Amino acid sequence: MIEARGLSKRFQDKKRGEIRAVDNVSFTCQPGKIYGLLGANGAGKTTTLRMLATILEPSDGTAIVCGHDVVEQPEKVRSKVGFLSTATALYRRLTAQEFVEYFGRLNGLDEATLKRRVDDIFNRLDMNSFRDRRCDKLSTGMMQKTSIARTLVHDPQVMIFDEPTNGLDIMTARTITAFIRECRNSGKTVIFSTHIMSEVEKLCDTIGIIHSGKLLVEGSLAQLRDQYAEHELEEIFVKVVTPHYVAEEAN
Amino acid sequence: MSLRNVGIVYRKELTEALRDRRTVISTILVPLLLFPVLSVGFGSLAVVLVGKAKEEVPKVMLRGGEDSPAVVDGLKKLDKIEIVPETPGWKDQIINKEIRAAVEIPSGFEAHVAQQKSDTVKIFNYQGEMKSEFATDKIETYMKEYRDKVVKERLAAKNLAETVLKPFEVNRENVAPPEKVSGAAFGGIIGYMVILLCMTGAMYPAMDLTAGEKERGTMETILSSPISRMHLVLGKFFLILTAALGTAALSVLSMGVSFSVLGHYTSQSAGGRAAAAEFLLQLGPKTVISVFLMALPVAVLFSATLMTIALFAKTYKEAQSYLTPMTFVVIFPAIAAMLPGVELTPKLSLIPILNVSLLCKELVTGTYHWNYIAIIFSSTCVYAAVALFLAIKMFQRESVLFRS
Repeated sequence: MIEARGLSKRFQDKKRGEIRAVDNVSFTCQPGKIYGLLGANGAGKTTTLRMLATILEPSDGTAIVCGHDVVEQPEKVRSKVGFLSTATALYRRLTAQEFVEYFGRLNGLDEATLKRRVDDIFNRLDMNSFRDRRCDKLSTGMMQKTSIARTLVHDPQVMIFDEPTNGLDIMTARTITAFIRECRNSGKTVIFSTHIMSEVEKLCDTIGIIHSGKLLVEGSLAQLRDQYAEHELEEIFVKVVTPHYVAEEAN
Repeated sequence: MSLRNVGIVYRKELTEALRDRRTVISTILVPLLLFPVLSVGFGSLAVVLVGKAKEEVPKVMLRGGEDSPAVVDGLKKLDKIEIVPETPGWKDQIINKEIRAAVEIPSGFEAHVAQQKSDTVKIFNYQGEMKSEFATDKIETYMKEYRDKVVKERLAAKNLAETVLKPFEVNRENVAPPEKVSGAAFGGIIGYMVILLCMTGAMYPAMDLTAGEKERGTMETILSSPISRMHLVLGKFFLILTAALGTAALSVLSMGVSFSVLGHYTSQSAGGRAAAAEFLLQLGPKTVISVFLMALPVAVLFSATLMTIALFAKTYKEAQSYLTPMTFVVIFPAIAAMLPGVELTPKLSLIPILNVSLLCKELVTGTYHWNYIAIIFSSTCVYAAVALFLAIKMFQRESVLFRS
């Protein structure tokens, strides 16, 4: 369960002054459901998810993740969360197994539990063939699997995916989308960000459209179709966002 | 504070460091090989050159002296000098190093001496040139001995004692223990080496563990794990510190071994280096340990400072351009401590790096100024603590971690 309450993030920029990357965003993600954050580049998706994962601290507002406040107990939150993005790279000089084990230990697993977990995950994801291979010698698909294994090693209740398929080929991207579904089916709370409409249409139970740091609309695909009298998500997205573009240019 | 978490980070960073060729080369191989190669290289070069210089018999041209057979005869009998007859253009010959010096004996020299008239013998040489100085010294010594002999004969003729001209002697005698004499020469170097090597050892891992992590995109990965940022920064810091101390220790070890091996082979021909080797052997574990104890807070200071600076950089290259100027900041005070006449004062003992280099100079000569040791150790500890505190603070700042 994730509850964002007025989540805001301001940055200071030398040229443009104060920037509201995320502006008073509130939403709720339920266990066993996938929440999709849809937005253009720079809309505030990454910043929102980084705040949920406590990599960044909110300037205002907060979020409750699995009962823990991201501002008050960031370390507790991180132990309940699996975070995956295209930016979360692997340690190239460690082997796939060492890499996953490292994160297991950082999550406080004892050696016996760790061994059981790692064996289980490596079997499940079919990773045994490159278990002892260094991460810099892995193919893109193997790297993605290793990253997935890292997010699973502490069996988190919440999964956060930040543009997880960005820059991946179709087959690797399918591994990820299949994994996202699997997370939902096993009852985890899933939130993921993307700018790819088809992914949202296929995966999400709830869609939030974010623009210039503000959450503009929220609802299931069916609800949005009704509300905007459009079938294609892309058309809905354009209808939602265009007035704001016009307003910004007028400013 | 959880030592377990710091240990997990440290162990992982150590595994990675040992698998990284650049780290292994800069912190293990270079310090181990640098001194043997340098000392054997320079040592043997010096032995060859000095030997050659001593083997060559310098030619000295004789001008005049036809009516002073006794002096000329004496000059010709001099060991390791070849007297050649006068030819035109002798000055150019000295400049072109065809001959090494020329000696001019005025006409009627022996007659003038017999008549007790004043006269001057001139030696022409190439000042500063080793072989020319060597020839000049020989001639000068001979002429001075000849003069002393004449003086003695004159005194004897007048029935005067030698003490008429030399009423008393002035003697100087060294009472400092032998290690202090050589220590003044070599002591500065040891402290300087240890400090500089701590710096170079810390440099590469400091960049790799901060800017390198950003560049490779693993910063976000590690920050998404539950480890607290303080534990993370401490784990990294301890690895950098290990590299700093390891480099310094390996270098001192390799310096000791290569000097003693060299001293063994060249004890006859090259007195200076043999003395250096003996001196290093004399140092003993007590001195080495005290130098390292003093270097410990300096290593902490470097590791934390370099890490903090490198953390600002987005890439490894950017970090390099920030840290390279730091080398000069360290080299200047360390070199200043080696200058003759620069000694510990209460003010200097508060200047970081300079104070420890100066103290090491004293420690190596076996002098333990406990007041200074206390001031310097504690002040360096304070600087180190401030640097480490800043490193931890910087690691909490999003604007530093996610600088774009």
